[in-house]
Amino acid sequence: MAMNEPKQVSVQDLIAQKSNRGLLAFIEKLIPKLLLAIAAVSVLTTIGIVLTLIVETTIFFSRVSVFDFLTGTEWYPFANSTPTYGILPLIVGTLKIAGIATVVAVPIGIATAIFLSEYASDRVRRIVKPVLEVLAGVPTIVYGYFALTFVTPILRSMFPEIAIFNAISPGIVVGIMIIPMIASLSEDAMSSVPNAMRDGAYALGSTKLEVALKIVLPAALSGIVASTVLAISRAIGETMIVALAAGSTPGFNLDVTGSIQTMTAYIVQVTTGDAGYGTTIYYSIYAVGFTLFLFTLFMNMLAQFISKRFREEY
Amino acid sequence: MTTTIKPATDVLENKEPKVKGPKASVYKTNQLNLWYGSNHALKNIDLDIKENEVTAIIGPSGCGKSTYIKTLNRMIETIPSVKTSGEIIYRDRNIFGKDYQVEELRTKVGMVFQKPNPFPKSIYDNIAYGPRIHGIKNKKILDEIVEKSLRGAAIWDEVKDRLQENAYGLSGGQQQRICIARCLAIEPDVILMDEPTSALDPISTLKVEELVQDLKKDYSIIIVTHNMQQAARISDKTAFFLNGEVVEYDETDKIFSNPSDSRTEDYISGRFG
Repeated sequence: MAMNEPKQVSVQDLIAQKSNRGLLAFIEKLIPKLLLAIAAVSVLTTIGIVLTLIVETTIFFSRVSVFDFLTGTEWYPFANSTPTYGILPLIVGTLKIAGIATVVAVPIGIATAIFLSEYASDRVRRIVKPVLEVLAGVPTIVYGYFALTFVTPILRSMFPEIAIFNAISPGIVVGIMIIPMIASLSEDAMSSVPNAMRDGAYALGSTKLEVALKIVLPAALSGIVASTVLAISRAIGETMIVALAAGSTPGFNLDVTGSIQTMTAYIVQVTTGDAGYGTTIYYSIYAVGFTLFLFTLFMNMLAQFISKRFREEY
Repeated sequence: MTTTIKPATDVLENKEPKVKGPKASVYKTNQLNLWYGSNHALKNIDLDIKENEVTAIIGPSGCGKSTYIKTLNRMIETIPSVKTSGEIIYRDRNIFGKDYQVEELRTKVGMVFQKPNPFPKSIYDNIAYGPRIHGIKNKKILDEIVEKSLRGAAIWDEVKDRLQENAYGLSGGQQQRICIARCLAIEPDVILMDEPTSALDPISTLKVEELVQDLKKDYSIIIVTHNMQQAARISDKTAFFLNGEVVEYDETDKIFSNPSDSRTEDYISGRFG
């Protein structure tokens, strides 16, 4: 009788047999340190990049005055007799591209976000969002050739005064490149507005458009503005499209039909050319890079500030 | 001595609702059926709701009471799978009629939700939202509407010095009264309330209940509630819903003292639900 009964097993005994408390405690101690070390890789890399930029930029400024660099309106580093290093033309070139891109991307991006979040059915959203993400994943060199061999000829056929290398075509294409970023992040911000708020507005007799523009858009504004600022920051840092399609003529003017040069395109020009190590031109790319870094850093901080400060509480 | 009796024509002209006599119907529901996909949620509902009364709808969870009240202003249509048959006559017009614009209906029929849902805007802008979307832009008129609505919702004294602050800085009970004020701002004909006190503490609940009693003078109120004592306290008529059907609809006093259906009696005596 007693033989047939299954032997009583104590789970606690089994746990005691299996447990390896010493090793577990050791691993528990090790894991946070290991993870910290891994996390430190990216932080240290950032610090390393900033330090390199600062060191090389300092050498550049021992040869060219900071004042001339920041206020000079002529950028002729390759001039044989008296090279000039006034960065304003490069900044203006960069801002032209970023400005055109913003004008193209913000309305289209936000309109797309409103459509996806407020009007599109689940099915449409499931199709359109991945397509947008594919657009975001296209390599920028493809966009560059798209600007040079597709958009520029079309523009030139409409406005013959536009040069082969110009600001408007790469500006538009950079805009197209950042549309998915604005659309996707803004859509996230708008979808996370609680439905209870939409219901409240509908129950007062609002139309769909009134709900989208007067309730959802303001409630999601911080997310939308932050995504826009981040996207502009991308446009400022964009390299390949402008290097291919915008030309290499730094100019301190407001013309968008002719060849320009951006900060990034200048760095590409020098690094693919034959400026020797240790020359002033070589160091100038660090000064330009550092300026670019400050621009994007400022934009990213602005985006963070906006998303914290202007959040409509709900 | 004859002056104490008001002539009948006078009553009609003044539209004095407190004087006894047959009240006009605000909503007549005829053979309403509603399906969520294949789920038959409302079955052959017939209800005649009178104006300037508080009509309570009670019943256990899932009985269709919230579904019904959301059908009255067609908010139910935000759920894509919903299908209806039958008709709901609001003031002589079928709300499902092809020519009936849903925005027009909702301008006449306000709604207060279960959870307070003020907009993430200032208290002032919350109240002014409704009048503004319907084209009232004049600042002076808006100021008046805001004050009148907040007074109407018995919250003016609490918020008059902070009209420009975000409505989310208020307590839950205050937020709900802001939502009621927001609803009053477009001076609707009917106010639908979907368990308006279920997310509130007892003191805020009491305030909202007193408010409902007050609003009855000028509005017809239909209130869904989980709370039978609440229905008994504040309503004139009560409809008891069960499994998508109206089991009993009568004077509240009768429902709670002498119900004619045994299921109503079981429910109000707490035997189920």
